Amino acid sequence: MAKTSSTETYSPPRIGAAQIRLLERLCNSAAVSGDEGAVRKIVLEQVRPFADEIQVDALGNVLVTRRGQGKKCLRVMVDAHMDEVGLMLTIDEGNGIYRFDIVGGLDASVLAGKAILVGKERIPGVIGFKPIHLTDAEERKHPIAMETLRVDVGPAANKVKVGDRVVFAAPFVRLGPSLRGKAMDDRLGVTTLIELLKNAPKNIDLLAAFTVQEEIGLRGARVAAFALNPDLALVLDSTPAYDLPTWDDSENTRYNTRLGGGPAIYVADTGTLSDPRLIRHLIDTAEALGVPYQIRQPGSGGTDAGVIHKQLAGIPSVSVSVPGRYHHSPVSIIRLSDWQNTLTLVHAALTRLTPELLAAERA
Amino acid sequence: MTDIPNLLKQLISTSGLSGHETPVRQLIEEAWKPLTHELTFSRLGSLHGLCCGAGAPPRPSILISAHMDAIGLMVTGIADGFLRLTSVGGIDARILPGQLVTVHGRQDLPGVIVSLPERLLPPHLRGQAIPLEYMLVDTGLLPERVKRLVRVGDLVSFAQQPFETAAETMVGHTMDNRASVAALTHCLSELKKQTHAWDVWAVASVQEEVTLGGAFTSTYQLRPNLAIAVDVTFASSPGSPSHRTYPMGEGPTLVMGPNIHPVLFKTLKETAERLEIPYSMETAPRHTGTDAYAMQIVAEGIPCMVIGIPLRYMHTPVEMVAIKDITRAGRLMAEFIAGLDADFMSRLTWDD
Amino acid sequence: MKSLIQKLVETIGPSGYEAPIREVIRAEVAPYADLVQVDALGSLIVRKGKSAKNGRKIMLAAHMDEIGVVVTHVDENGFARFSNLGGVSPRTCYGGRVRFLNGAQGVIGSDRMEDLTKMPTLEQLFIDLGASNSKDTRVRTGDVAAFERPFVDLGSRMVSKAMDDRIGVAILIEALRQLKDTPHQLFFVFSVQEEVGVRGATAAAYGIDPDLGLAVDVTGVGDTPKARKMDVGLGKGPAIKVRDGGMLADPRVVDWMVKAAEKAHLPYQMEVLEGGSTDARAIQLTRAGVPAGCLSVPCRYVHSPSEMVDTGDVQNSVRLLLELLSHPVEF
Repeated sequence: MAKTSSTETYSPPRIGAAQIRLLERLCNSAAVSGDEGAVRKIVLEQVRPFADEIQVDALGNVLVTRRGQGKKCLRVMVDAHMDEVGLMLTIDEGNGIYRFDIVGGLDASVLAGKAILVGKERIPGVIGFKPIHLTDAEERKHPIAMETLRVDVGPAANKVKVGDRVVFAAPFVRLGPSLRGKAMDDRLGVTTLIELLKNAPKNIDLLAAFTVQEEIGLRGARVAAFALNPDLALVLDSTPAYDLPTWDDSENTRYNTRLGGGPAIYVADTGTLSDPRLIRHLIDTAEALGVPYQIRQPGSGGTDAGVIHKQLAGIPSVSVSVPGRYHHSPVSIIRLSDWQNTLTLVHAALTRLTPELLAAERA
Repeated sequence: MTDIPNLLKQLISTSGLSGHETPVRQLIEEAWKPLTHELTFSRLGSLHGLCCGAGAPPRPSILISAHMDAIGLMVTGIADGFLRLTSVGGIDARILPGQLVTVHGRQDLPGVIVSLPERLLPPHLRGQAIPLEYMLVDTGLLPERVKRLVRVGDLVSFAQQPFETAAETMVGHTMDNRASVAALTHCLSELKKQTHAWDVWAVASVQEEVTLGGAFTSTYQLRPNLAIAVDVTFASSPGSPSHRTYPMGEGPTLVMGPNIHPVLFKTLKETAERLEIPYSMETAPRHTGTDAYAMQIVAEGIPCMVIGIPLRYMHTPVEMVAIKDITRAGRLMAEFIAGLDADFMSRLTWDD
Repeated sequence: MKSLIQKLVETIGPSGYEAPIREVIRAEVAPYADLVQVDALGSLIVRKGKSAKNGRKIMLAAHMDEIGVVVTHVDENGFARFSNLGGVSPRTCYGGRVRFLNGAQGVIGSDRMEDLTKMPTLEQLFIDLGASNSKDTRVRTGDVAAFERPFVDLGSRMVSKAMDDRIGVAILIEALRQLKDTPHQLFFVFSVQEEVGVRGATAAAYGIDPDLGLAVDVTGVGDTPKARKMDVGLGKGPAIKVRDGGMLADPRVVDWMVKAAEKAHLPYQMEVLEGGSTDARAIQLTRAGVPAGCLSVPCRYVHSPSEMVDTGDVQNSVRLLLELLSHPVEF
């Protein structure tokens, strides 16, 4: 088991104004799966002073090594995906109107009537929808069909072309104890991972993977894990909080996670059965430090761990998420305390990692 | 110079269902022997043809892949001399009744797919599309002979004879993806006429239609610096939506999207424009549905490109393709490869 | 062999939490192994023999995990909502019993169904642990359980909730015990997490890097009243897989198995399964590819609390495996 460290001497990295500003910059950047350049640029600029090695691989993952002190440090991959869900323009129908296809999990109801930004030049546009006056009662009973929607940048904008990616245009704001913005999934993880690199524990080789194409099948993480060949992996993501009232005010038993409940530790999702040794280690760490945590409700959904743990001859893996409401929509809402507690838990857990943890067989 | 229409006709007349590609592989081997320096097989049966480059070793390499496996059917049971069926790869069962097939039993047997007449179907299916499990193959033979010659697990392939139309298009089954095998062959014969610095691995891959198994494993074995998948794509045709199809006979498609490295897309596009080879741009926002979907995520990751050959009536026995699109795709690849210099990889960066 | 089978099927080991069943298997195989290892995901890997000149490196895989459930929420009255680990059908859940890794037991109940002709969804089911509030309940979110049902010996047929795939495990153990001489280097892999997507075998196959792979697993049948048409039945011998929902078996491996069965005068049947897959899929796609196939044990009512296999099929599977492993491979 891990060594216990004293709570008095341990001081975790803090989430302050600078970290929030960095998150804001990252959230406001556009990085639809397969076109992550804008976020990659910020990541590279941020991590360069702290990296022993940096590589941008064939898919565009940013792989950063920061070595620990000592000869045989545990090689720990910490992963956060840079990409976000969005759209891609597929057909130019003329007059600034474009057909599009979705990239990642988005449904038509969150698209209709929203402001958007198109392409690297961030050309503003809309996904309009016909006025209610022109719909009939029967039509309004059915969900909006994706095929009826178009991107509209206006007839004069010829800076837009087929292949361009589209993201929601939504401002980042602080709301008391919360933050609201687009692409919290997973710019929160990216920002947290940058902070970990800046304050890297000395007892491990920290292998930071800022991955691409998570939202379209965990594609970046797969090759990243192969290249890094770590002893274990920890994935930082942001998972939905469905902690809303139920329609009949009965007990909500399907909340997935709750805002304010602390970092969400994964036991089982569609892609991964987390390594029980690592789950235990995270829980022990949280309890030793008095950091609140929650177990993400086992069930559907997934993270990059789904491919990482199956790479090579197997990589013990676990995921930790900051809970967030309304992911895959123009804005998410997250709680600052959850973010701070996630950073604290993960940083402390890494600091307390020893090779003995994996010497015991998986339960 | 390889006679492409003739080669294609042979290619689609030779069986090679997913997982059982040996007959067609032997034919491709013959076609590639004069065009390559070395021919080997993967452990799953993909064909690897190497054309050594003229550059100084260690040379970078490019893998060009076309899957050679075909969709088809498989025997699941024998009932009174009739054969029950399941599909290998994605087939719309509604087009099957009346199709001529070959049953690959202890010997090849001609047969025809029939569906149960309405009066013999369960009531809930009357007037509905008939699922494959209510269809049979009739070989015309007596039950005892069928039992001797056929067993569960035997393959059934389409027997539609290929033919050319007046408009220089060819029709037949398994144009998906033998048309691309023909394009690869054309590329190899074009490469023979010019020098290229890089090593070229031409791969006729197995099992694309089921698991992308050939693409995963051959790419792992060969570890190229770059990879191109050539596969068929949807050509404009009656009844198919215009926003998901590309014109037939007006050149190959160049695909862009997350499966493709943007610099490769750009370079192929510039090559086509320089040579005045017509092309259409195809967008693949998530998944290209080709070998490249596997090749890109092998090992540390491989920069990929996808070239599409527009084809009508995909996964039916009357797939139609324009010969000119095949030779254009082959030539475009050859010219792109010939243009690869020792420093190309250093220019393959992410434009951030 | 029946007592071994009973011991194996009555030991808990849901996907991802295979340690208890791994210990039982380890005790059985240790005396016959050259080397026993546990890999990073928890698969038990037993090496046997050195590869002779004409020998191969062969990976044999039987998965030791079973389907199970995981708690998603304990409500204020102490009822536990749950999610599935692997292919759990709500059809077979109601009234079923589960046992947690910590020993807690419970029974499965259901919300009131508005329409009794419809099957409940998993979200409409809950586990009743006999507690009256959430404080008394011995489980919490994330705890894992397997189904509980005793082994039944019907003479020529055996029934258990975990024949899939403890029967494969039993066949591998028995073959390992009886194997006198082999020209091959054998890796008997008791894999983890098969039921959630052949995950354990994916990692194990990469680590072993075999020349040839064979899974031993159960397959469906078509020999029960008004069954879906499938030409496999109980008592007609081991089934040689031609394909399933996730893989086309390597034709060379299929031939190898057919010839061995005929040479040893063993009954066999050809299997075309229109869904599902096995560890063989993972082996086939590892690294640069591996010729792979599957020896299947016909099994009725797969993924129900009462999976049934034929005792003769099990014995003939052991015999076929011994015939395969005792001689050089001809392709």
